Order: sequence, then C-alpha cells, then structure tokens
Amino acid sequence: MALTLCGRARRFVSATSVHNNDCLHRLQQTGSDRFQLGEAKAIRLLPRRTNMVQELGTREELMQENREVETSYDFLGEMRQRFLRFKRQKYLPQIEKFQALAIAQSPKDKKQVMVIGCADSRVCPSYVLGFQPGEAFTIRNVANLVTPIQNGSTETNSALEFAVTTLQVENIIVMGHSNCGGIQALMSHQNHKENQSSLVERWVMNGKAAKLRTQAASSHLSFDEQCRDCEKESIKDSVMNLITYPWIRERVKRGEVKIHGCYYNLSDCSLEKWRLSLDKSNNGLYVSDREIWS
Amino acid sequence: MGNESYEDAIEALKKLIIEKDELKTVAAAKVEQLTAELQLASSSDSKSFDPVERIKQGFVTFKKEKYDTNPALYGELAKGQSPKFMVFACSDSRVCPSHVLNFNPGDAFVVRNIANMVPPFDKVKYAGVGAAVEYAVLHLKVENIVVIGHSACGGIKGLMSFPLDGNNSTDFIEDWVKICLPAKSKVLAENEGSAFEHQCGRCEREAVNVSLANLLTYPFVREGVVKGTLALKGGYYDFVKGAFELWELQFGLSPARPI
Repeated sequence: MALTLCGRARRFVSATSVHNNDCLHRLQQTGSDRFQLGEAKAIRLLPRRTNMVQELGTREELMQENREVETSYDFLGEMRQRFLRFKRQKYLPQIEKFQALAIAQSPKDKKQVMVIGCADSRVCPSYVLGFQPGEAFTIRNVANLVTPIQNGSTETNSALEFAVTTLQVENIIVMGHSNCGGIQALMSHQNHKENQSSLVERWVMNGKAAKLRTQAASSHLSFDEQCRDCEKESIKDSVMNLITYPWIRERVKRGEVKIHGCYYNLSDCSLEKWRLSLDKSNNGLYVSDREIWS
Repeated sequence: MGNESYEDAIEALKKLIIEKDELKTVAAAKVEQLTAELQLASSSDSKSFDPVERIKQGFVTFKKEKYDTNPALYGELAKGQSPKFMVFACSDSRVCPSHVLNFNPGDAFVVRNIANMVPPFDKVKYAGVGAAVEYAVLHLKVENIVVIGHSACGGIKGLMSFPLDGNNSTDFIEDWVKICLPAKSKVLAENEGSAFEHQCGRCEREAVNVSLANLLTYPFVREGVVKGTLALKGGYYDFVKGAFELWELQFGLSPARPI
C-alpha cells in the first residue's frame, strides 16, 4: 500500500458534513469507468518444496503425484514478492519507527485506537481508513459483530478485554460496510432452527435484533436496500453491546473511552460516521456528531 | 515530586551564578531553551489526539489515491469478492497483513484476533471463527488458508505467563489463549533452560502449528485439503529483524503398493 501520489485524481473529493440545520450536501459523482478485466490464467506448476511441518510425517515421494491441480502455483514466490515490497517501500525507509514499535505496541505520543471490522477482503480498516503500523489494534470477524457479555466467550471479547484493560485504548471504532455477505446471510436466513443452521447462520443470528428492526421499518424496500439498512442497524447493536462489558461501560462514563460507529459504502466510496455520547445525566447514550464523507 | 526539587534546582543555579558571574549569559540561554521545549511539549499535550480527524484524513487519502484511480478494480469489487487467500493474523497494530504482505482490496479474507489463534471446530463455542472459515472455504472458495504469527506477541506472552490452572484473573483472555496450550507444553518441554523471551519466540511459531492442526478439525477444511483444493500454510513475521518465514502443512496419499 504505497502512499505515493498518483497523478491527478479522477474525481474531485471533498468532505461533507451534516450541518446543524440538517442540510446535507453530497457531491455528485461521475459514473465509474467500467471495462472488462482480462481473465486470470490458471498457473499450472508442480509444487515447490518449502519447509515441511513434520506433523503428518509424510515422505517425499508422496508429494509429487497428488498436487497437479489448479491451486498449485508459486505461493512461496508470491508471498516473497509481497513481503519484499513491504520491506522495501515501508519497513526500511522507516526503520527507526519499526524498531521503536518492536519494543512497545504503540508510539508514546499517542494512544492506539481499536477497530472492529469485517473480515471481508475489500474492507481492511488499515487500507480504507489509512492506519499505519502501530496505530490500530484491529479485530476482524464476519459482519463485524460484537456480542453482548451475557453470550459468553467469543474471540472478539477476549481481544476487547486486552485492548481496553491492557493497552488502554481511548477510542473504539466499529466499522461496518455495504454488500456484507454476513448480513445478507442474516437477512436471507429463513429457518431459525439451531440444528439446521450452518456455522455462518449461527454466528450472524447474533444480529437478529437488527434484522427484526429492519424488517419492521423497511419491508417496503427491495431486499438489497433492506440489507443496507440492516448493515447500519447491526453497527448500532454492536456498539450498544460494547457497553454491556463493565470495563468498557465504566470507562465510557468516566470519559476515558469514546465509541464511534462508521459505515463504509463500497459502491460509491462514502463513509458515514457517528459518535456515541452520554447525555447530561450520564445515564443515556445517544448518537451524535454524524457526518458523511464522500 | 515537582515543587521541592524545582525550588532546589533554582536555588542551586542562583548560588552558582553568584559565585561565577560570567556564567550568567550561558545560564540565561539554556533556561530560554528549556522554557521553549517545555512550552512545545505542553502545547502538543493539550491538543490531544483526535481519532475522527485521523480517520477522515486516512479515508480521504484512500479515496483520492486508491479508489478514484482504479475504477475498474473497485467497480468489480462492488459486485463481489473472490479472494484467493484467507488469512488469520493477530490483532496487534503492527502486523496488519495489508501492510506486511501488501494485500490489496479483494486479495485476502482476513480474520484478526488475539495471537492469530484458530480454535478446534465447535458449533457452539467460538462460532465466530467457525463462521469465518466456513464462509471462506464454502462460499468464497479460497485456495489457501494462511495463519501468520509474529514476534513480541502479547497474546503468546500471556499464554506463557498465565498459570492457566482454572483460577482466571481475566474475564476472557485466559479462556482464549489456552487454545494454544499444547504449544506451551511442547515449548517448555523442549526449551527448559532457555530465557523467557526465547521460549516465547518458539511458542509464537508452535502456536501457528497448533492452529493449523485445529483447522483440520473443520470438516469442510479437511475435505478441501484431501481433495487438493485447499492448502494450509503457516507464517511468522519478525518485525524486530524485518524477516518473514513461510511453511506449509503438506498432505498426500501415497500410491498403493502390493506387499
């Protein structure tokens, strides 16, 4: 991800914001140039022998026969190219920063943020929000879901605990996105019987409340539009579920931790973001500082 | 702290100036410099880090330099994704695969958690990981699953430090890191006298192997590996040295031989 400036931008970019009188300005975008991508050729190569893990104790001659399938290609070579590009373009030019980061996870002058994003290949938070090494402790799971504390252990809440209590992050961002496969599975899921659901369906059913609210409010819309709404409702639920963890709730009340939600629309490259604020009596939470950047 | 030592320091300086008058100008210059430095430090403290500004900058840069300059790619991505890789990486802010392995949007379906662990197949517990693996293998049909460990991993350090005897001091962290307990046992057995850091380094790599073995407990992963449509790889990123290691879990069936 080299941040070199590439000629002139094809579209004029400016940030927009929601003003106090609720007047929303959105930049009109020109249509994107779409043309056919050439077809990727399947590369047929015999596998290269790399360092073997002795787990299965397989012998050398076994390797040759079974592996001439389309998935055999020069994986090692590709990873090497990718890593060396990173090393050449980022690591070596900033070696002091990386050496300093090697000692502690975040630079001393500013604290890290924590981001909860989707595992989707198109929405890496570092890529879309421009985080550099050392800036964002990132959790990625299917449909960027945060489950409430009463649902028990998940991979997500152990990472939450580490980030909040050990790293002491001051800002938590839940980032959802459009065209989310997980949310689509949630909205499509008809049969709610546990034993007949796939793993994906079981997991995304954590977003059931968002689905019910969406169906109640948007049943007149197309399925795609309902999915868009559900994606946004689910971010709100994940944010509220963060508050069920006492070590987060206390820090939010004391003003030590701020929670933000954001929604990345990958069809038109816009980002809608908002903040969770405490009301004056310190009891209620509400959405504030809503902005759309496009 | 603070006042007493400050007063003492000023007194000592005054005393010195009275004794050696010629040092006055030197002292004045140094005091001015110190005042300027302190002012700078205090002004950057009061302007605390604004995460919203930071992500806005990041997003605007992404849009201008990447999204808008590559409409063909992003147009296709808006329709769907077909990554070849699924990556398990640590949540550590220093090891984002988009940076380290130069992944562009659309390249890799990435799950990030503490110490890049994959728990064994379980329909009820850790449904999140199961969902991610199922989605990647059955829906996206990825061809490679790569589990990438890294140096100075806080999660592995926790695994090596916590007693993990049932008396948990954390709500969830210990429950999570104990997934790779087999790695800890193996490393302790093989590296008994070694320094703690060395043991952690070995454990970071062994934990990747435990995760690879756990992946095989997922029925659809096992099927893909046997059929040869799915490959499992392990990796280790050492950011202290700036190096990357790669290995794979190999599986094959020998031809039948008459005996």
